[in-house]
Amino acid sequence: MSALTFTLKKDLAQKLDVSPLTPDLLAGKSLAEISATLLWYGKKQIRVDEAFEITGKDTNEIVFDQSTSKIDYIGSGLKTGRITVNGDAGAFLAFQMHRGNITVNGNVNDFAATEMAGGLLLINHNVGDYLGAALVGNKKGMKGGTIIVKGNAGDRIGDQMRRGIILIEGNVGSYCASRMLAGTIGVLGNVGEYVGYGMRRGTILLTQTPKLHATIQDCGIHTMPFLSLMFKSFSDFPSKFAHINQNRVHRFAGDIGNDGKGEILVLK
Amino acid sequence: MMINGVQIDDTFAEAFNMRGTRVIITAQNHKWAYNGANAMTGFATSVIGCGVEAGIERELSPQETPDGRPGVAVLMFAMGSAVLMKQLENRMGQTILTCPTAAAFSGIEGNDRINLGKNLRFFGDGFQISKQFGGKRYWRVPVMDGEFITEETTGMVRAVGGGNFLVLATSQPQALAACEAAIEAMTKIPNVIMPFPGGVVRSGSKVGSKYKTMFASTNDAFCPTLKGVTDTQLSEDIESVMEIVIDGLTEADIRKATYVGIEAACKLGGENGVKRISAGNYGGKLGQFQFHLRDIMNDKSLSGGSA
Repeated sequence: MSALTFTLKKDLAQKLDVSPLTPDLLAGKSLAEISATLLWYGKKQIRVDEAFEITGKDTNEIVFDQSTSKIDYIGSGLKTGRITVNGDAGAFLAFQMHRGNITVNGNVNDFAATEMAGGLLLINHNVGDYLGAALVGNKKGMKGGTIIVKGNAGDRIGDQMRRGIILIEGNVGSYCASRMLAGTIGVLGNVGEYVGYGMRRGTILLTQTPKLHATIQDCGIHTMPFLSLMFKSFSDFPSKFAHINQNRVHRFAGDIGNDGKGEILVLK
Repeated sequence: MMINGVQIDDTFAEAFNMRGTRVIITAQNHKWAYNGANAMTGFATSVIGCGVEAGIERELSPQETPDGRPGVAVLMFAMGSAVLMKQLENRMGQTILTCPTAAAFSGIEGNDRINLGKNLRFFGDGFQISKQFGGKRYWRVPVMDGEFITEETTGMVRAVGGGNFLVLATSQPQALAACEAAIEAMTKIPNVIMPFPGGVVRSGSKVGSKYKTMFASTNDAFCPTLKGVTDTQLSEDIESVMEIVIDGLTEADIRKATYVGIEAACKLGGENGVKRISAGNYGGKLGQFQFHLRDIMNDKSLSGGSA
């Protein structure tokens, strides 16, 4: 069976919420039922077939073609299956995703992977701010799963992140891992100002020592055997991180303004 | 039944249900992995006095361990899950947490999970760090040599303990030589350990004693110096008897180890003083498993160096 494909045919003037279009919500539905599903478009609702050309049948494998940054909530609450996005994705991609697999062959807007709990999110280009963060007002961000970004990422990556892994091959903006509770963030490129600002626990892995603020403390250079375990667990990832095999790092601890049990490890 | 001039008695070893686990100990090199594992499996010969029976199953190359360092696999058996858990935590805390460069990982899957480093983390006094990779939770505990790494839990499985056979020889050195040959062959078999010193036990016991406080006492029927005064099981030419006890993950593993051990002992043969192979049992009333020696030695599918 070929993948169920939604090809965008409408020139979107408003944001389109596609949260009903996930493998678990569409399983067992006929083409007519899928076509008649209502999506929020701005402040009104439109049918799926008003926005998309629908081809294919396999609801476990969903593709969005010609996607643009106006399409929000792709893969929202995903519990099974695979979603591929050809083009850009809007805000709240992979919102509260639990399991499964999302690949984006384009750029992604802000608030991607908000409160994500599991599965794999692969972004082949750039991503905006607040990747893996919490909904505004909530206290815990991403709770599990893995995010791989091939390009650059914006500010506040992993804000209030609780668990899971975010790996970014490019550069990231300011306040990376701000208020981080736990988990792992790796960045191969540059990081902006105030990395680890207010972090409580968790690990930030970097390749070069950034400018650190005063409440991140130098703990010296060490060989850390747990890194072998970590890089071994990365070895199957479709990422440059799969090829790192090094456990000598410069360890910084902080943010001592907030308990100070977090760490910034810079590969030596 | 005779093999190379050695008589195989028509008897059986009686074995019991146990709970078992495997732990992988790694370190900077094999020397320190053994230092940790030897301490962890020390004083673990019999559940009667030690709580658990434990031993080193085999050496592991860096490619076989979770953290890519040299290691050894340890098997540990107990009569129940509670005592296994308690002994494992005690032994981990005193011997692996303390051993320079050593780390501990789960070596066996299983629906039942028991604590490996789950409570040892509190040694970190708040500086411990949890990390989850590949669905497994690890603890990093800061210690004076760097960091102690341990997996949170390990698997617990149903296992079999108390498989055994006796080697009867015309002299003490000959009995020991036969047992050494048997142990050398048996250590190559996976999933089993021989928990006694060097794998061999000389103080086989019978149930009961003339003293009220003793549950078990010397197996006088197999004591060569008592031939004239007890209901002896020994013929005139036997001067020394030694026993090999086997704990394994499954019945099949113990059958295999028994076969390989007896085969190696019999290779020395009658001309080297190895006269008889027998086994210890309680009349078949206590144990859930029986390992009939002749049945095992007739099962040629068990031959060959490894399973």
